[in-house]
Amino acid sequence: MEALEQVKSRIEAAVPGVKIDIVQNPGPANQPSLLIDNEHAPAIAQFLRDDPALRFDFCSNVTGVDWLDRTVKKTVKVKKSIDGEEKEVTETTEEHFPGYLEAVYHLYSMTQKHGPVVIRMRTPNRADGARLPSLTPIWRSAELQEREIFDLYGIRFEGHPDLRRILMWDEFVDHPMRKDYREPDDYEYEPTPHDDVLERTKQHYPARPQLDGAEEITATDLH
Amino acid sequence: MNVALEGEIVRRLKPVFGYLHRNHEKIGENATYLSSMPYTDRLDYFCSMTNNWAYALSVEKLAGIEVPERAEYLRVILAELTRLQNHASLLGFLLNDMGAWGTPLMYAFREREKILDLFESLSGSRMMCDYMRFGGCRCDTPPGWMEYARKLVDAFPRFIEELEKLVVGNEVVIARTQNVGKLSAELAINAGITGPMLRACGVNYDLRKVDGYGFYPRFKFRIPLGEHGDTYDRLMMRVLEMRESVVILKQAFEQIQDGPIMNPKVKIRAFRPPVGEAYGRIEAPKGELGFYLISDGGTNPYRYRVRPPSFINLTVLEDLNLNPHPY
Repeated sequence: MEALEQVKSRIEAAVPGVKIDIVQNPGPANQPSLLIDNEHAPAIAQFLRDDPALRFDFCSNVTGVDWLDRTVKKTVKVKKSIDGEEKEVTETTEEHFPGYLEAVYHLYSMTQKHGPVVIRMRTPNRADGARLPSLTPIWRSAELQEREIFDLYGIRFEGHPDLRRILMWDEFVDHPMRKDYREPDDYEYEPTPHDDVLERTKQHYPARPQLDGAEEITATDLH
Repeated sequence: MNVALEGEIVRRLKPVFGYLHRNHEKIGENATYLSSMPYTDRLDYFCSMTNNWAYALSVEKLAGIEVPERAEYLRVILAELTRLQNHASLLGFLLNDMGAWGTPLMYAFREREKILDLFESLSGSRMMCDYMRFGGCRCDTPPGWMEYARKLVDAFPRFIEELEKLVVGNEVVIARTQNVGKLSAELAINAGITGPMLRACGVNYDLRKVDGYGFYPRFKFRIPLGEHGDTYDRLMMRVLEMRESVVILKQAFEQIQDGPIMNPKVKIRAFRPPVGEAYGRIEAPKGELGFYLISDGGTNPYRYRVRPPSFINLTVLEDLNLNPHPY
């Protein structure tokens, strides 16, 4: 397979206005990845899948990663002249990196039998309902896995045919795979609903979404 | 499943997941690398050996660990034994669901139990083996183990023939599996279908050949391929793959030599892989099983992701059921 730099330059030639960075992977595994911009992601994915030399027709693994806000403290010794005297002073600088959620796609080619090429997309922040474009229209294997990311990380995939919770129940509020998730004191807290307890229960749980019954299902034909 | 039916014809189908969800990935992020190993047994209790291997392979990729020769051979032997018992019981369960109550399943379980006996004498547990480690295997085979395994594998083709005779020409099986649940190769590739289900559609993609992990490039074996992509082809894929597994096992028994089974350089306690990430995958009996690990240099993985084969194979469940039915 071509080196990742070549793949990058081919994408840049094919999709105008695209912005791609190579994310280095320092470990011995040697699997660097491409950070693609969210706006052009579907076009890039389409190119990667359909280009006859690349043909990444098999999207194996789709997953989310949560990167928290980070503050890196650096202590540097600086020489400064104070009152005409040269002195060594330690200066502490704080650099703040905002956190983000990331979606990682591992692509392989079944026809050319090469891979992987790893592509990643990042949300601007970690807020609830941060959005990314869905790549399910390109690779259907992402369908259930993007639902899983939505469920466990809270990234909303725009253009996904059926974005619902998949592993947690529909009334569940939080996203358990986030790094700052605090588990409830009692998972099975479910007061017997009557009288004033019922009132409190109604405040405690949001209204149950109408999801039972096959006629409620929104099925879209993908072919 | 949420199913909309018209008589006996499926009009819409939505699988509902999550009844066995225990957030394995969160547990993995809160545990050290080694203590996740017994948890991988529970991902699919039919194939704990291959689950172990996939996880060990990913960590070895992440930390750049070499595996000694005997351990690699043992891994191949155990993975192929797992494949044998998994495929045999799958055929048993299929016949069970088609109405052949009990008997074929018990035939399959009789053979499976012999293989599980081997696993038990090796690792101490029938199904929750927890046998592999980063850089090798936990313990060497007990005396007489290899002879017993060799005898079992020599006798196994007779069982495959017996099962095949029960299945292949059976009128009920043919009527209820041929042309049922057809899957096209294009959709199978696009939907990320892997394993025997993919090869039943005629796509030649087996990670044992493509990635050549472990010592698989040292063995001569063929990849069975289907033609129609229906349930019958998927069933036959299991029969044919069992034959190839026997071929691999016989070669492995010839080639395996005495030697160390563990890389002595690997630190078992306070194991800290360098910063980085790795995705390792193997051909598990049910499809591609992958582990995606991100290390931040600590004792726990920063991200621990399992790429499950069956969960992703279920993407096309609706399509399989919607296809025109022969009746």
